[in-house]
Amino acid sequence: MIVQYLQLPFAQHALIAATLVAIISGLIGPFVASRDMAFAVHGTAELSFTGAAAGLLVAGDAVGGALVGSLFVATAIGLLGERPRERNSAIGVILAAGLGLGVLLLSFYQGFATEATNILFGQIFGVSNTDILILSVIAVVILAAIAVIYRPLQFSSIDPEVAIARGVKTRAINFVFVFILALTVTEASQIVGTLLVLSLAITPAAAARHFSANPRAVSVLAIVFALVAADGGLLASLAVSQVKASVFISGISFAIYLVARLTRVARPTGRQARVRTQ
Amino acid sequence: MVVGTDSRLTASSSVAIELDSAELRYGDRRLWSGLSLSVERGEFIAVLGPNGSGKTSLIKVLLGLRPLTSGTVRLGGEPPRRGSSRVGYVPQQRGFDSDLGARGIDLVALGFDGHRYGVPWPNPTKRRLLNEVIEQVGASRFAYSPIGLLSGGEQQRLRIAQALLSSPQVLLCDEPLLSLDLANQKAIVDLIDERRRASNTAVVFVTHEINPILPVVDRIVYIVDGRWAIGTPEEVMTSERLSDLYQTRVEVTRIGDKLLVVGATDASASFGLQANEHHE
Repeated sequence: MIVQYLQLPFAQHALIAATLVAIISGLIGPFVASRDMAFAVHGTAELSFTGAAAGLLVAGDAVGGALVGSLFVATAIGLLGERPRERNSAIGVILAAGLGLGVLLLSFYQGFATEATNILFGQIFGVSNTDILILSVIAVVILAAIAVIYRPLQFSSIDPEVAIARGVKTRAINFVFVFILALTVTEASQIVGTLLVLSLAITPAAAARHFSANPRAVSVLAIVFALVAADGGLLASLAVSQVKASVFISGISFAIYLVARLTRVARPTGRQARVRTQ
Repeated sequence: MVVGTDSRLTASSSVAIELDSAELRYGDRRLWSGLSLSVERGEFIAVLGPNGSGKTSLIKVLLGLRPLTSGTVRLGGEPPRRGSSRVGYVPQQRGFDSDLGARGIDLVALGFDGHRYGVPWPNPTKRRLLNEVIEQVGASRFAYSPIGLLSGGEQQRLRIAQALLSSPQVLLCDEPLLSLDLANQKAIVDLIDERRRASNTAVVFVTHEINPILPVVDRIVYIVDGRWAIGTPEEVMTSERLSDLYQTRVEVTRIGDKLLVVGATDASASFGLQANEHHE
């Protein structure tokens, strides 16, 4: 049955979209983790909901609104600086106010209630050719941006003090990264919804860190896990059509994380392993 | 103000760091002023003083991260510049998250090309240099372990390896012994001492405990409340000199090969006691 579905354009489009989103989410995930930015991801995603509601109300365009909304939030988070402790409470404040505004906007929206549900929980089927094109362009831009700032981003994530002393423009790097984050989150929220973005942007990276401390291996594993969750979840929802893909995606993602945690418990950590081999 | 005249204040190519009537203020607060100091290549200088006396700020000035309020500062004849490969920096000991997705060698490698844009490619020169410097600091055994799982002493060795990667002429260390036990304190001090003798590297070492560095230090810059003194340990670490700096009665006693400072208002100045209490 899944094979038959996959010959239909709507399923093919969904698969392409899920793959693209998984690649960029998996790529940024390890940096989100080492920069302690999980809450920033959540905040950006939630506030892209407000943007989407505004977009629906003003122009009937949720995606455009979400994009504008998340870029706006990215600027605010970028201005808040790089220290997680200072940043998090401010994000909490913006998040609460923004969500309230989103609900207000939505109550003025006369369209279908499903539009709102789709923003929150995702709607992977219904991706048009244009959507795929936009998604591809954004994915390429994100890949290129990460490739350019990869080393200084790594430096300022792992060792910010020395990075500054070595001449890394950590503020600028942080800004670029927050914008990359906002774009990724907006794209991912179309697939899994704003509420479940973390299942692609955080969970795969968190699982990958249990398997390796080699940054390259962590990146590769995070992308693979995100792909398994996104594409696997999509295929599962083709088989069980009454359940949204985002449910399967977050479920698979969480299952991978659990396995990662459990295998770590069963395995000696680096330190113990080292002592044993001496 | 206690003015420590510096007889070695002469410009020559052997001078690594030169401060001339340097002053640093934060708003109304003056951290220090009139500070003149010339550090030779290969010289080991310790910067001592209570918290908030501007020790770390001095390091920031030398790193080019903070401009002097007045006076001049030169490193190898040039004003300090952010990102200069002449300077190696070992920051205050700060732990890493246990699940940080990076190994020891990844931290060290950042000292090689972490400040450059782009993606790292396999590079034989880089690999050779990394292995050399990791070997030098005795970190080969744990270089591939997750950095968050290493002990403070092991992390500190890797930080020193990272700082040495660019073969700096000046090594700036900000409290590198903090939270290390006595054995590790000694190992780190010996490591830095060895390096500066072998490569003629000037070392500026900020610390609040003098005893671990007493066997190797050439001169001390002691800063208290904007007052400062410069000289050899014998010159500076006397009851008279420190009483003058702290403006209260301070006794310096020698017990074996350790110095014990009693009466300084700041708890961190009671070096000898602290070092022994920390012994595990």
